[in-house]
This record gives sequence, C-alpha cells and structure tokens, in this order.
Amino acid sequence: MKNVLSTFLRRPAGIVGLTLLGLIVAMALLAPVLFPVSPWDMSARPFVPPGQDGLLLGSDTMGRDIASGVWHGASVSLIIGIASALTSLVIGVTLGCVAGYFGGWFDLIVVRITEVFQTIPNFVMAIVVVAILSPSMGTIIFAIGVVSWPSIARLTRAQVRTVASREFVAAARCQGQITLSIVMHHILPNAFTPIIVAGSFSVAAAILIEASLSFMGLGDPNHMSWGYMIGAGRTVIRQAWWMSVFPGIAILVTVVAINLVGEALNDALNPRISRQ
Amino acid sequence: MRKLLTSALGIVLTIFAIATINFMLVRAAPGDPAAVMAGEAGATDEAFLAQIRAEYGLDQPHLTQLGTYLGKVATLDLGYSVRQGESVATLVMERLGPTLLLTLSAFGISLLGGTLFGAIAGKRQGTWTDLAISMVALLLFATPVFWLGLMLVLVLSVKMGMLPAFGYADIRAASYGGFEYSLSVLRHLILPALTLSAIQMAVYTRLMRASLIEVAQEDYVKTARAKGLGEGQILRGQMLRNAAIPVVTFAGLQVGTMIGGAVVVETVFSWPGLGRLTFDAVTSRDYPVLLGLFLVMSILVIAVNLLTDLLHRLIDPRVGVH
Repeated sequence: MKNVLSTFLRRPAGIVGLTLLGLIVAMALLAPVLFPVSPWDMSARPFVPPGQDGLLLGSDTMGRDIASGVWHGASVSLIIGIASALTSLVIGVTLGCVAGYFGGWFDLIVVRITEVFQTIPNFVMAIVVVAILSPSMGTIIFAIGVVSWPSIARLTRAQVRTVASREFVAAARCQGQITLSIVMHHILPNAFTPIIVAGSFSVAAAILIEASLSFMGLGDPNHMSWGYMIGAGRTVIRQAWWMSVFPGIAILVTVVAINLVGEALNDALNPRISRQ
Repeated sequence: MRKLLTSALGIVLTIFAIATINFMLVRAAPGDPAAVMAGEAGATDEAFLAQIRAEYGLDQPHLTQLGTYLGKVATLDLGYSVRQGESVATLVMERLGPTLLLTLSAFGISLLGGTLFGAIAGKRQGTWTDLAISMVALLLFATPVFWLGLMLVLVLSVKMGMLPAFGYADIRAASYGGFEYSLSVLRHLILPALTLSAIQMAVYTRLMRASLIEVAQEDYVKTARAKGLGEGQILRGQMLRNAAIPVVTFAGLQVGTMIGGAVVVETVFSWPGLGRLTFDAVTSRDYPVLLGLFLVMSILVIAVNLLTDLLHRLIDPRVGVH
C-alpha cells in the first residue's frame, strides 16, 4: 500500500490531479461560507460583467451571482459523479461476478444484456429515463448508473474468470467454503484493482453526463448545477459570454483532475504496465 | 450464409430488447401510462385517454400490452405526437437526413484527424510535438461537448464573424440554386461537425498514438527496416494500417456516444435533426416522440456498427477469413 502511494505521488499526473481535485472539493465545502445566499437569489442587476458591482464572475440574465452558482455547483457535480459511479459499480460488479464465476447460462444472458446496453446510445437513454421519472438528484444518479455499468461488468467478468481459475480459489473450494465467501474473500480482492481504476474514470464520465443532462433542462430544479448555467447562457452568448464560460471551465478542470488521478492510480496499481 | 442469418437474427432481437426497455420505462413512470403517453396537455382529456388506452391495450394484461407494442414497432408505428400533430415516424424521417449528415461527417473527421494526430505523436514519441498533441487530447477529452460548441460559436462566429452560429442553411437559401444551397449547408455544417468530432478525435488520437508505438516494436517493422526500406515507406506500407485496426474497432463502439453527442450539439447549433427534436420533446415532455427517438437512434447505432464492421474488413483482411 505504501509502495502504491509513493508511486502515485511520484507521477506528475497524480500530483496535478490531486491538487486540482482538492481545489474543487474545497470550493464545494466553502460554498455555503463564501456565498451564504442561495445561488438562485436575484441579488444584483442583470447582465453585470465580471469584476463589476463587486461580482467576481458577473451576473446572469436575472441578476443571479455567477460565482455563487459556480461554487455551489461543485458539490452537485461531485455528489452526482461519485454516487452514479458507485451505482454503476454495484450493478456492473454484481453482474460481472455472476457471469464470470458461474459461466454457462448466467454468463450467456449477462453477456447478451451487456451487449444490448452497449449498443444503446447511453446519453439518449439517460435523457429518456430522467424525463420520464422527472428530474431530481435521485433519478439523475439512477439514470447515469443504469447506462454506465456495461464496461464495468465486462471488465469484472474478465477479471473474475482469470482469478477463478487460480489454485488458491480451487483450494478454497476444496475447504468447502460457500460460493459467496469465495467470491468476496478470494476472488474480488484479487480482481479489484483495474475495477477501481475504471470506477475513477466513470466518476469523470458521470460528471460530463450530468452536465449534459442539466444543459438539456433535465437537472434537479432544486440545485444549481454547472450544466444548467451553461444552458441558461446559451441564448445570450452574444451579450453575456461570462454566463457560459466560467461554469464550463469548472467542469473542464474537475473532469481533467479526476482523469489525471485515474491515470496515476492506474500506473500505481499496475506497476508492470507502468514500467514499460 | 448461416453467419449472415444469425447476425440478422441478433440485430432483430437487439431491436426488440430495446423496444422492451422502452415499454418498461413507460410502466416505470409514476402515474397512469396513458397519461404519460398523452403528455401534459392531453392528460386531462378523458376521451383522449380512453382512446390511448384502447390503442395500446392498456386494459389488457402486461404481457399482451408488450405484444401489442412490439407489433406496432415491427410495423414501424411509433405512435403519435400530440404536441406536433404528426405521427412520430413522420417526424423522425423528416429529421433523419440532417442528423446523418452531421454524425457521418463528424465520424469521418474524427477518424481521419485522430489517426493523423495520433500517428504524428506516436512517431515523435517524447518530443514537444508529442507532448503538445497529448495535452490537447487530454483537455478535449474532458471538455463538455456543448460547452466546446458554445466556445467555438463565441470565438469564430460572434467575435470573428467567420462562420454562421446556428441553423441548417441561410434563411434565403430556399431561393438558391442547388450548388449555392449545398454551399450554405456546408458552411453551417462546419462548426457542429467540428464540435462533435473533437472529443472523439481526442480519444482516437490517444489510442492511435499508443497503437503506433506498440506496432513499432513488431518484427515485421524490423524486417522492413533490414530490407532497407525508408522510414516513410515503412510507416505508410506497414505501420499505419496495422496501428489503425484497434482505432477502427474502438470507433465502432463509440457510435452510441457520438449519437448522444449529436443530441447536445444539435441543441447548441439549432441543427434541425433528431437531436434537436429530442431537445424539443424533452422541453415539451412529448413522451411518444422521446421513446420513438430512443428506438430510432439505437437502430442507427446498429446500422453504423455494421458499416464499421465493413470498414474493418477492408483494412484488416484477416477479419473476413474466419
């Protein structure tokens, strides 16, 4: 573990990614302190350019503070990103384990379902699910989780199949351990590293999907989100560029940070590959 | 022949599986499925609700309902949009052309650009050129596609006035001749196609770079070099083709992502395709249109997958053999 940590911290990607991510987390945590008023509050004149009237990033068409929206949006993005990635991990790992460990009919069915879900344009499905179930944090997380699990399931299946054929698994089986215990104690711990890496990348992907959903008007109406802000700025881009530029930079930085962390994690957890 | 039949059967089964997901989604919605299908406007009209119930057999058991729905899908009956006063199939067919134009152009641009930039970066591994290309790819990969589109509009249309910011053709284009009309569409196509291709291009660049570096270690490259072939000849004759194989394979898997991207890109640029129709359907909660679009876009992915399969056979002769 110590080794992993030191490899991680020796990669420039790891340090840069972790620093940026730290900044975004700090933004999310400090938002209620720095901007105690709700980001929906029409507290200023509309269309104030950045730097005027004491507004760091300007105001929007209704006089809402852009900086407040950007700061408050951080927690929405992070929470939805992490929760959706966890949802897809739960679905993907469960199905992948069942398919990889039992094989046979289970495997065939899971592989076919995975293929269907990989064919479906997953953003379009997320749109349909959120629109029909009506937008909220819960439905958005559910929708992103439901469309993002196939790659995790495929990866888990392949990993479990490799590990399940190893001797220590046969040994555990000979000892008469039950299947659940074999999978939980012997197979998953030895199969989990690439799944963790894939999971970290799916946090970034989930943040991008959430941003697109709220850009389309399918965000949670109770929470200010970056995608919503860009969507609101779309029609007035000629008059107020700042409305869409700043939330976009926030998304970009967050996703780059998570991808860099994922890459460094990949190098640290798979030392054989990184040494090449 | 037998292989062809099984793959055709697989495609039909996939389409029905997607239709079944559609069916289950409407049932999962809170409230009366007839009200969901009628949309917010029709939900209060009892006679209209009764008509929908009869049409979809909503008073029948679930399995019969599913059968009715799949039967409708098989006969290309995708329902009726209350909002637009038009059958969903007609609406979709009207919008299919612009979406195909946009996605196929973007698909071509991203594949060409990705293999090109990836090859340059891979060939000059470790140099500043490689670093610059890899950094841009990393940033593009993390950029929300709609934001990229807006930024291109801001810089190239609003500030520099070089390209039209939105629409499919000039308003006066109807009076134009065929050539001028195409030119107008082409000018309007540039920004959305670039936007949609950029993110995929980033993915293909990274993939092509890694693939070319790997291919450079292969024995046949050493053999070619030992035969005295020039570096340029080796690159064109041996390496590019082999390195591009995983890129094309991956591109086939990315078609769904691309169509999802088209939805947002068309929204940004008011491109009159399926994506813009999706946005309008979302805004007006026009569920029959939304569900029809989901099905049609999935079928589109399957069709383009077949196309990349063909492309695959063209550049890798081994694929067709077994």
